[in-house]
Parts: sequence; structure tokens; C-alpha cells
Amino acid sequence: MAEYKTPATEADFEANFAQIKPLMNANEAYYESGRCLFCYDAPCVNACPTSIDIPLFIRQINSGNASGAAKTIYDSNYFGNACGKVCPTEVLCEGACVYTNQGVKAIEIGRLQNFATDKVLKTGKPLYKTLPKNGKKVAIIGAGPAGISCACELSFSGYNATVFEAKSLPSGLTVHGVAPYKITNEEVLAEMDFLQKQFGFEIKYNSKIETAEDLQKLETEFDAVFIGVGLGKTASLQMPGENLENCLGAVEFIEQLRLNHAEIKVGEKVIVLGGGNTAMDAASESARMGAEEVVLAYRRDQTEMGAYAFEYELAKHAGVKGIFNVQPLEILGTDKVAGVKFIRTETLNGKISTIPGSEFILPCDMVIKATGQEKQRNLLHQISGLELASNGTIKINEATFQTTKPKYFAGGDAANGGMEVVNAANEGKRAAKGIHQFLTEKR
Amino acid sequence: MADLSINFAGIKSPNPFWLASAPPTNTGYQVMKAFDAGWGGAVWKTLAVPVINTSSRYGSVNYKDKRMVGFNNIELISDRPVADNLREIEEVKKRFTDSAVIASLMFQTREEWHRIVRDVENAGADGIELNFGCPHGMCERGMGSAVGQEPKVLQTIVEWVMEVAKIPVIVKLTPNITDITQPAIAAKAGGANAISLINTIQSLVGVDIDNFVPYPIVDGKSTNGGYCGPAVKPVALNMVKNCAQIPGFNLPISGIGGIETWRDAVEFMLLGSGSVQIATAVMHYGFGIIRELTSGLNNYLDEKGFASVNEIVGKAVPNVTSWENLNLKYEVKAEIHEEKCIECQLCYTACEDGAHQAIGLREGSRIPYIIKENCVGCNLCSLVCPSEGCITMERVDDGSQHLTWKQMTAAGDIPTDFNDPRAGGLLHHANPTEQAFVTKRPLHYEAKV
Repeated sequence: MAEYKTPATEADFEANFAQIKPLMNANEAYYESGRCLFCYDAPCVNACPTSIDIPLFIRQINSGNASGAAKTIYDSNYFGNACGKVCPTEVLCEGACVYTNQGVKAIEIGRLQNFATDKVLKTGKPLYKTLPKNGKKVAIIGAGPAGISCACELSFSGYNATVFEAKSLPSGLTVHGVAPYKITNEEVLAEMDFLQKQFGFEIKYNSKIETAEDLQKLETEFDAVFIGVGLGKTASLQMPGENLENCLGAVEFIEQLRLNHAEIKVGEKVIVLGGGNTAMDAASESARMGAEEVVLAYRRDQTEMGAYAFEYELAKHAGVKGIFNVQPLEILGTDKVAGVKFIRTETLNGKISTIPGSEFILPCDMVIKATGQEKQRNLLHQISGLELASNGTIKINEATFQTTKPKYFAGGDAANGGMEVVNAANEGKRAAKGIHQFLTEKR
Repeated sequence: MADLSINFAGIKSPNPFWLASAPPTNTGYQVMKAFDAGWGGAVWKTLAVPVINTSSRYGSVNYKDKRMVGFNNIELISDRPVADNLREIEEVKKRFTDSAVIASLMFQTREEWHRIVRDVENAGADGIELNFGCPHGMCERGMGSAVGQEPKVLQTIVEWVMEVAKIPVIVKLTPNITDITQPAIAAKAGGANAISLINTIQSLVGVDIDNFVPYPIVDGKSTNGGYCGPAVKPVALNMVKNCAQIPGFNLPISGIGGIETWRDAVEFMLLGSGSVQIATAVMHYGFGIIRELTSGLNNYLDEKGFASVNEIVGKAVPNVTSWENLNLKYEVKAEIHEEKCIECQLCYTACEDGAHQAIGLREGSRIPYIIKENCVGCNLCSLVCPSEGCITMERVDDGSQHLTWKQMTAAGDIPTDFNDPRAGGLLHHANPTEQAFVTKRPLHYEAKV
């Protein structure tokens, strides 16, 4: 028997995917906020990519000013609610809490943040008065954290921001790619709805920008364009058997889990390939979907995994078993996945090499590849003058987020190569400031 | 095991912990529970002329996650019939012969006082406490603190009581007075056997900012109440000390005001209290706190090598003097023990904004350092530091010199104007005002939108 039974009902699913950072009640928030020391030049603020004034919002919660606390949060980060839930707070704000220097539990900053933002999401209290429209228009490609943050900031500053989104929901990976136990769809969409009402930008759904004509149209109609397209589908491993039934990419697997989990049937024995945070999520999710056995296979040493330690702990807690220094050679099976052929590796001076003759086969009936995503090269190559770095990310000016093609700005995964929601939210907002500077200095 | 028993002005009790006259001693039921739990004595909720109590009655000062660090009430004295109280006192004394029952009283005429003193003696009370302290309601009728604030009236009533009293009489004093020693001296002049203090401090505990009415609210209105709880301890300690230092006073003092732990109790004893009275802490946590009180006191006495409670009473009194007798040559400076620093920089900001700019920050480290030449030894950094023992105050003078303001005055050697080099301030460090605007601001200084 595995840790989790296959969810048969919606209630089963919710139990298996219970929120790891549930909403605090008023008592919890009161007592927890009372613990904050109000540090000078607080390390938590410095650890936050968006520099939220954390000691201030905690003090506001403690003094009974939750909407003031929410404003403090949104002033720095338009994804304030989502980040409270999905941020790796253990390695960011909470990891920097000075209490940890004393062996005392860090303040639960993420959950306090949600306590405050949840209040305004529920009441819809207007926090911002946008500046009068200045007549300028900016197109934003992609309604992910970067794009939406950029739209919020631009709308606040008086621009007409129009977001073009290929899919039918906003927030990008926040709703499509984050593990369901970190945030619910309802929570994500409530914040998007709140932001749209606060700032009044437009999102055009199912409006994929993909052709040269699409881009030409944007360039003609808009004064500037922000590229927040993120990353593409799971990259191919270039090995036999990848096209077999039940061999899928982690990004695709998680997206289906988020939007249509009833359709997902995980195998009895699942092998997840990869050692990053997405691999941990996919492994943990497979276990929670009722897989009897989930093996996480990583080609390097455990200490070299890109995943945060707490993410691996979470996966182990769900019943996932990790095997290390194993490199997949081939996915076996006739039409369905039947197993994976591995070869053992060893790491010497940071380089891995395979050990001849160490091949072995691990039977399974499902393979999830969490080995990285493709870049959106198809689109990006069509923008003439837009330079990409060798790894396929968009080259930008780090201060203004302007690309090598002056009218275009970029942020989020497409520019940074794949980071957290909080990084994308920060970059989108800062890019908006860059766009504002560009459009006001032009003449 | 130290001897915790006391003989307070002739009132014997197995330990110095008494319940103060308050809601926990409102009934025989409660007092019996308390004695059963181990309390040494109980001052019965004040017996008096008929009153009516209001609803609601209490208000609280909370500090962050701590409830009731200050507590306020507009409750009057016992609203139960005197006959019921007398009968219950008698029942309690039958069952608990060793524990002390002290009857708190508040009456008006000489005849009333005489009658009630005899009644409580007949009921078996071990002592009497005269409530001259209540600062709300009863004082409007010429009783309680109205008496405590008029030493002559107080003395007269004490004399009436002493005309008939055969058991020890304690006079409970109000802190709502400029000089607490005046009523204390009047109590002695009237023949009282002991004093107890403090009663509650006149207060408004807070305001309902939605409805514009202070707490506690009685049908849309409020009135001043009496303040007690941990927050009043410093006021009480000072007044107990003041009474303990009255020359030739020699009356036992029962200390009251914010006592919650054995440590609080020891502090009161060191400043001259022969017994201590507790109410708010019991209203908060119940009679069970007596277990911690007796165990803590016992442990303290044993560890310090004291055989009985009496040995510590007043032990700190000689060490409280007036400012003019303090050694001006004594000098301490802060020291940061880096291994205990948690890097919150509260000491930095406290000293920078609230003291003498004697703590600095180094590039590349969050651990602050002391700028010794600026440090005046005020203690503030060590007080705000959340890490125990991280900042200590270390003596830097060699101890060879002793000079007080009094000595300087006697020698005609005090500074006479602001530019006098003997004035301390001239030696203090002061930053130029133009440096007030820092160039490198921490992130939270930056405007966000």
C-alpha cells in the first residue's frame, strides 16, 4: 500500500493534495505576527526578490490593519497572494529570519502574507487609484506572472495595457505549473480577478502570438511590446522510446493535474527523471495520485540536485524513493512504457561519466520527464533584431529589461531561463518601469 | 527546604502568598479551593455597605501575544450580604485552621466599624484589612481611596477600629496620592498593626475606537477604573520601598501589585514586604499558580542559603538611595558578544535613533559594533536585544574613585552654567546634523510605487 490511495472523489483529491500552507486564522496571525522583532534593515526584506517590507506588513497585521498590510505587499509584488503560497520561503524570507540564528522557528512570513492579501481579495477593497490614461499602448505577450505584473504597473502609471494569452486562463505557471498542494486554482484566479479590477488592463485569451504577421500587428498598434512568454514544452531527451504511451513531460503532466485531474491515471510504478524542483513536484504528485511506487531517478549525486532540500523532503514524505547516479539510456516498451534502461554514473571533479557494463533495467508503467523545458525559439526567432543568449534566453538590459530590439522588453522565464514566480513578478514590474522610461524619454 | 511560614503582625500563615481582596476571594467556595491548592492566606473580598455591581466590569491591556499585562476593573466591593460572608468565613476557618483569613472591610460610621470588627472576629478571622484604596465608585461616596487620600480621616477611622479590634489590623493604601508615606504614617499614628499596598491605580484602560467609548463599556458609557496586573509592579515596588524607608516606621508591609511569579514575590520581599498578595494572576490563571510560587521561592531560598522568608525581607532596601548619592565616577559600556548575536540590529536602531549613536554597522556584516567613545552606558541596547546575554554592560572605570552629586554640592564643585566643563554633556559625542540624512538607505526606506 502506498502512502496515498488513488483519489476517487473530489474530496479524496483535496485530502491528498491538502494545502501545505493553509490560510491562517485570525488567532494564528495575531500570535505569529506578535513574534516579529521588527529588525532594522531586515534580512527577510533583502532576501525577497521583490523587497516586500515584511516587518512593516507584519506589524500592520498585529495592529489590526490587514488591508494596510495587503497594500504594503502589493506595493512591492502584484503576485502577493500567490507568492505567499508558492514562494520557496524556506530559502528566501523565512530562511533569512534572524530567529533561525537562535535556533528559534522562523516567522511564518508566507502564511502571514496570505492572511493579509486574502482579506482584500475577499472584500475587493480598492487599494490603488490609477493615474489618468496617457494615451500610450503597450502589448504584453503572455499572461504569466511577468506579463500580468507588467500590465498592473503600466496600467497604474496610465498606460493602456493589453495582454495576449495563448491559453484560456491567466497567471501562467501559477495556475498551470505549480503543485496543487501549494495553491488552489480558485486562489490564483481570485488574485488575477482582483488585479484586473484594481488596474483595469485587458487580457485577450486564446490569442497566441505566433506568426510574423501577429508581431507586425503588435508593433504597428502598440508603442511598446513586453515579452513574457516563459518557457515551452518539456524538452526532448533524444532517446528511444520517448514517444511511447505513458511517457510524458512533467510540465504537461502538472498542467493536466491542475486543470483536469479527473482525467489523470498514474501508473502503478512511476519513474520520474530529473533532480529539479519540477521533478520533486511531479514525483510527489504521482504519489498523491495513488501510484504504488514512485522512483525519482537523477543522473548525478543527491547533493547536486537542483531542487531545494525541503522539496525533496516533501517528496520523500509522500513516499517517493530517490535513486542517484543513474542515467536513462532508453525507455522500453512496445506501445506502452514498460521500463527504463539506466546506466550508472559517477561524478569526478564535477564531471559525470558512465560506468561501462553497469546497465540495468527498472520496470515501470509510466515515465515523467522533468528534465527541463524548451525555449520559445519559434516565436523569438521571428522578431528580427532580437538577440538571444547562447542558452536561448532573451538578452536584456538588466536595469531596464529592454531587449536588443528597442521597442521590445522582456522578463520572466523567457529572459531569466526559468526561476520562481516571485522573480518573474519582480521582473515584469521593473520592465514596466523600463517601458515607462523608454516611452517618456523618446521625444 | 526553607521555612516558608510567616508571622505577619501576628497573623500566621504557612507561606507568604495571600490572595488579595478581589473576585478570587468573593466566596467561601473559592477560598476553600484556594487553601486546598496551597495558598497561605486570603484577604476576603471587601465586606461593606450594600452595593450593586455593573455589567461589564473589566478591561485589559494586551501586549502583542500577551493578554492582560495590565488589568482594570470598575467592580465595587462584595455585593453579597455581610451575613453570608461572615458565615462562610466561619466555615472556612473551621476547615482550614492553619491558613490565614483576613477580612477586608469598608464602612462609614464609627458604630458600623465597631460592629463589623466584632462580627468578623467572632467569625474567626485572623486579621482585618481596612480598604482605604478603592479608586472608583466607592470613593465617590466618601469611602475607599477618598479615605486613603486624606491622612487625617484615615487616622481617625483607624483609631475607631483599634478601639475594639483584638486581632491584627492592616491598613490598605491607595497609590492615587502624591506621597504614599503620608497615609502610611497616619495609619501607624492611628495604631494600625501593618499596612498593605498598593491598591489599584486610577485608569482608563483603553478606548473602543469604533464607538468612541473607553473600556469597560456599560450601556455606551464608561468610568475610570482601578489598574492592576503585571504592568503596575514597578509603581508598587517603588511605593513599598518608600514605606519601608520611613524612618522608625517598623510596621510590617504586605506587598501588592502585579505579582505573578515567585520572582516578582521575591522582589517585593527584598524591598520590605513580609507577605505578598495576588489577585490578577489568579484571575488569569487560577489558583494553580501557587505551586509555581511556593516551589520557586523555596528553591531561591535554598540556593541562596536562607533558612526562612524573614531573612530576605527588606534586604534590598539599603541599596535604594536618592540620585544625589549615586557614584558619578562609576562607568559601564556596552559589549556585544558576537557569538550570541542574531543580527536583528535592534540595538543599532535603538541607539542610533533613541540614544547616543554609539553603535555602528560594518560593511559585509550584520553584527553591529559598539563605538566605545560614544557609549554613555545607558543600557538601552542590552534591554532591546532579544538574545539573552548577547549585550552586557561592562565596568570600565577602575573603581578607585567615588564622587556623588551630594559630595560635589557640599564641596561647592557643581557646574553652574551650560558651558561649565564640569557639566557632563560637554564630553558627550554628538553627530553633526548634516549627517542625519543617510546616503545608503536600507531597502525598506525606498518608496515602492
